[in-house]
Amino acid sequence: MRPHTRYHAFFTHDQTIPSKPMEASNPRISRDTSPDGPCLRVLGRWTAAQLTLPGVWDAVEASLKAQAAQGAAGWDLRALQRLDHLGAQVLWNHWGRQWPARIDVLADQRAMLERVARYAVAPPPYRPRTLWERFVRLGELVLKVTDHAEDLLRLIGQLMLDLIRLVRAPRDGPWRDVTGHIFHIGATALPITALVGFLIGVVLAYLTSQQLRLFGAEIYIVNILGLSLIRELGPVLAAVLIAGRSGSAITAQIGVMRVTEELDAMRVMGIPQGFRLVMPRALAMALAMPLITLWTTVSALVGGMLAADLVLGITPSYFINNLPRAVMVSNLWLAMGKSVVFGLLIALIGCHYGLRVKPNTESLGQGTTASVVTSITVVILIDALFAVIFKNIGI
Amino acid sequence: MPPLPATAPETAAAAAPALVRPPVVEISGLWSVFHTAGVDVVVHKDLNLTVAHGEVLAIVGGSGSGKTVLLRQILGLQTPSRGSVTVLGKPAAVLGAKGAASRVGMLFQHGALFSAFTVLENIAFALRELRCLPDDLIRDAALLKLQMVGLDVKHAHKMPAELSGGMIKRVALARALIMDPPLLLLDEPTAGLDPESADAFCNLLRSLHHELGLTVVMVTHDLDTLFELSTRVAVVADQKIIVNAPPREVIAFPHPFIHDFFLGERGQRAMELLREYPFTV
Repeated sequence: MRPHTRYHAFFTHDQTIPSKPMEASNPRISRDTSPDGPCLRVLGRWTAAQLTLPGVWDAVEASLKAQAAQGAAGWDLRALQRLDHLGAQVLWNHWGRQWPARIDVLADQRAMLERVARYAVAPPPYRPRTLWERFVRLGELVLKVTDHAEDLLRLIGQLMLDLIRLVRAPRDGPWRDVTGHIFHIGATALPITALVGFLIGVVLAYLTSQQLRLFGAEIYIVNILGLSLIRELGPVLAAVLIAGRSGSAITAQIGVMRVTEELDAMRVMGIPQGFRLVMPRALAMALAMPLITLWTTVSALVGGMLAADLVLGITPSYFINNLPRAVMVSNLWLAMGKSVVFGLLIALIGCHYGLRVKPNTESLGQGTTASVVTSITVVILIDALFAVIFKNIGI
Repeated sequence: MPPLPATAPETAAAAAPALVRPPVVEISGLWSVFHTAGVDVVVHKDLNLTVAHGEVLAIVGGSGSGKTVLLRQILGLQTPSRGSVTVLGKPAAVLGAKGAASRVGMLFQHGALFSAFTVLENIAFALRELRCLPDDLIRDAALLKLQMVGLDVKHAHKMPAELSGGMIKRVALARALIMDPPLLLLDEPTAGLDPESADAFCNLLRSLHHELGLTVVMVTHDLDTLFELSTRVAVVADQKIIVNAPPREVIAFPHPFIHDFFLGERGQRAMELLREYPFTV
């Protein structure tokens, strides 16, 4: 007889999906008397499928405890319907990880129990961190921050070099990539930015009109809406939306390329990552961002204009005629300039975190989150910087 | 030699107790049709396949012949266009219910380990998610499976990203076996392993098959694995199973695909194994 067939007697049980926990197949223990003294008969199916049915484990644990309380006894496993590794593990753990003094088992059951016994070892413990290691980790954290800054600086430097290369040989540039990214970053973002801009305009107009009416200064709504939307809210709103929408996409795209070894494949072929991955995205973002800002600002102004007409009775024609007088054109140039910087930063931060992704899915998720959080924070920081530097211009 | 019937006579050992059991996997009248670019591509046409208890069935076929699709249909991950797939007496579609890990284990080609979990957490996952067994018992059960697939306990707390290809396959196998399912499916079990690891993995699978009385269905291109492990070979070609028989009889079956697959240069080399072929059911 071939070696494996001797287990057939053991596995003669029907292995279909158990439909309902039946009494007969429930794992259980009954106390009997045998010529050698009291004896515990193990009955039913001691399998993973059976033991994990609702309520079964509690019953097994309770009866094991109850039998242990009644004093020592021999064990008889011969009437078992089926025993698998989990069932054997339960019994072995109950026996205190050693063979009981008196036991009747079939050869196959003994083999199963022996395998469990052979491998029953304690797991290697998690070593808790010592105080020194925690101190060292603090240093690592600082180094990580400088490492990020260094990487980002290198990315900016590489972008400069790539731009010089592009200017020298514009025909060899990855123009298809650039136009593709402009479409995905810019064109497809138009509906959502318009909607958000419009609603923000409405909300802002409603809020300020209440206050202005108190002073009888209704006509100044043109100044307030014009200045705040064109100079600040338009660019920041567009940048935050695009950072969430396209910054995360850039990180995820490049990160997946790391996970699937596409980045390594590019390197092996001698294709520069900066020129083919980072520069097209940065260029597209720098071009698309001012346009999206303009679009968002216009829809916010339309929203504000509509609300001003409804609440204060200021007609759109009055609004449009007075806007150039209330807001200097330099504000528009400032907003456009800011947007180019925002766009470049969002693209660079997205690429930076994408290239740092390690080849596993968890790192991909962390990288994407970090990318969005960082780019939104940086956008607002840079916006504050612009506000301080250009405080004398356009107001 | 006349073509063998698709269901070749059972060998003696399998005939004795196994015949009274219902088949583990039963596929009848299966059609798989895919719509790509406006064209219907028929991958399987009225395909029938039965896997009896205790068999190690290797499914072979050319690229795009739908071997992996068949495996996914057995798992209930894909629904066939027509026909029925019955696994352990139930339709494959209901396999994914709670406690599925106690019915079918699957070894995915690239392991499909959860990269956020440690090795031990990966192995214990199916058991732990049922939330009815105590933690220390689950840990013992996972450690047992970890060692059964030939890994040292010191790897228990490693992350999947720190493991080599062979170790990933072993951990994935341990995870598939955590609830001792009667049916194990393998997708290219030795692909991507070096010859030594592949041999070791084959030996491991064979000993587990002996010890646990598993039924195994595998898709493989590796002729060494095929001859070393399988008790039957099912060849998918011309949109159906053209032959399903022990390896020796399959080789003798006259069909151009079988001729190219087994009797090419690679096949000749692997066939050397057949001479010392030790393993039949």
